[in-house]
Amino acid sequence: MKFLAAIGAAFLGFLAATGRLVIFAVAALATALSPPFYVRAILRQMLEIGYFSLPVVGLTALFTGMVLALQSYTGFSRFAAEGAIATVVVLSVTRELGPVIAGLMVAGRVGAAMAAEIGTMRVTDQIDALTTLSVNPLRYLVLPRLIGGLVTLPMLVVVADIIGVFGGYLVAIYKFGFNPSAYLARTQQYLEASDVVSGLIKAAVFGFVVALMGCYHGYHSRGGAQGVGQATTYAVVSASILILVLDYGITQALFSR
Amino acid sequence: MTGAAPIPKIAVRGLEKSFGRHRVLDGIDLGFHAGESLVVIGGSGTGKSVLVKCILGLLHPEAGSVRIDGVETVRLRHSARERLLQRFGVLFQGSALFDSLPVWENVAFGLTQGRGMRRHAARDIALAKLAAVGLGREVGELRPAELSGGMQKRVALARAIAADPEIVVFDEPTTGLDPIMADVINDLILKCVRELGATAVSITHDMVSARKIADHIAMLHKGRIVWHGPAAEIDRSGNPYVDQFINGRAEGPIEMEVHAQ
Repeated sequence: MKFLAAIGAAFLGFLAATGRLVIFAVAALATALSPPFYVRAILRQMLEIGYFSLPVVGLTALFTGMVLALQSYTGFSRFAAEGAIATVVVLSVTRELGPVIAGLMVAGRVGAAMAAEIGTMRVTDQIDALTTLSVNPLRYLVLPRLIGGLVTLPMLVVVADIIGVFGGYLVAIYKFGFNPSAYLARTQQYLEASDVVSGLIKAAVFGFVVALMGCYHGYHSRGGAQGVGQATTYAVVSASILILVLDYGITQALFSR
Repeated sequence: MTGAAPIPKIAVRGLEKSFGRHRVLDGIDLGFHAGESLVVIGGSGTGKSVLVKCILGLLHPEAGSVRIDGVETVRLRHSARERLLQRFGVLFQGSALFDSLPVWENVAFGLTQGRGMRRHAARDIALAKLAAVGLGREVGELRPAELSGGMQKRVALARAIAADPEIVVFDEPTTGLDPIMADVINDLILKCVRELGATAVSITHDMVSARKIADHIAMLHKGRIVWHGPAAEIDRSGNPYVDQFINGRAEGPIEMEVHAQ
């Protein structure tokens, strides 16, 4: 009986936490329906999430594309299917690896920073100060980050897709001696718009989730430096897990026919 | 023929607030009139900050009433709460300045972001308020992290009075300051409140500060007001809690909770 009660308590706890998260997200998004609109804050977040994440996302995308070409060649050469490498690289990067790698990198870089910044503001009364200055903290702090994540991660993924495919191209041409024009032709041959669009849909969802986790855990942090550190850890871990879970869910929804 | 009694500026009745099983406020009754300066004293952890946060609406009490100019405020919705808070200025214990903004933008923040004032006009007001607390224009361009604790308190005071509020709340205004700087802050509080003609609510355990800035003093202990009266009468209150607190004695009815770790 105790075992069942423990499972029930954990499940109820999960439902309560999910409910709190949804209420937080809806309350933040609802502030977008009425003025004032903090356009400068939104642009600042887009710059922070998008532009300043370019080096880390670009670098990881480059090596992901390179190692994908390397692994594909090793496997496909066993049954003389080396010609499929270009297709495998471009489909893997656009549909799967581009958005997931970019999402995880942004979760580590930006999600953690959001949780730390908002968490510090919480424990030093800066969020209360915003409220007493007649500024809604959800409108001023959370909404710009949610919009920033939602809008800029797809942009980052477009860049990651291009760099990832380029990484595969470099390995195929300079290591395995493929013909450049033939490789590029194979890259385009089986690529469909839906492959890229599905990756961008995933990116938008991941960007929103990363920002939401960073803001939520930072906003509810308690107890000084330790609480802020804990909020940062929760933000990164929960965003990373959600990215992988949602990745499966979105793929299932978009491609299972 | 007698006139109706004036409506208190702030009237708190039966206020209760708990965190888990710990009851912090246990039926607070408190009232004071426009233009008065009330100081709430009490030991650390007695609920002074919680009381002020309930008055401001930053915390929601489980029971009780907070009336401002006779209007109930406990269950105000977001926009009505924002309008109400435009009548307040708050100086927080740790100053709570925004690290990412220069000093003048901190002072002007409520004007630009809360009231939609143009940055140029708000900057002029911010520099005037900084001058009122004894800080020059050059300080306006610095970041809060570049200031000393005393200067941060002055900036926080300038921010609290930037919009000429009707009610100013001071949360431990002199905590962490040396006695001279604490006296400077007390003088500035008196000067600013008088110039504004504002009602002031302060919480502190610094009796020097309380005696200097208070018209009335209320003492909070275990979630209840145990004494409330004119500041001039505190030395002859006849209340054992007040006597122990203002004389800083270890022996008396107030028992410090000391937990073995």
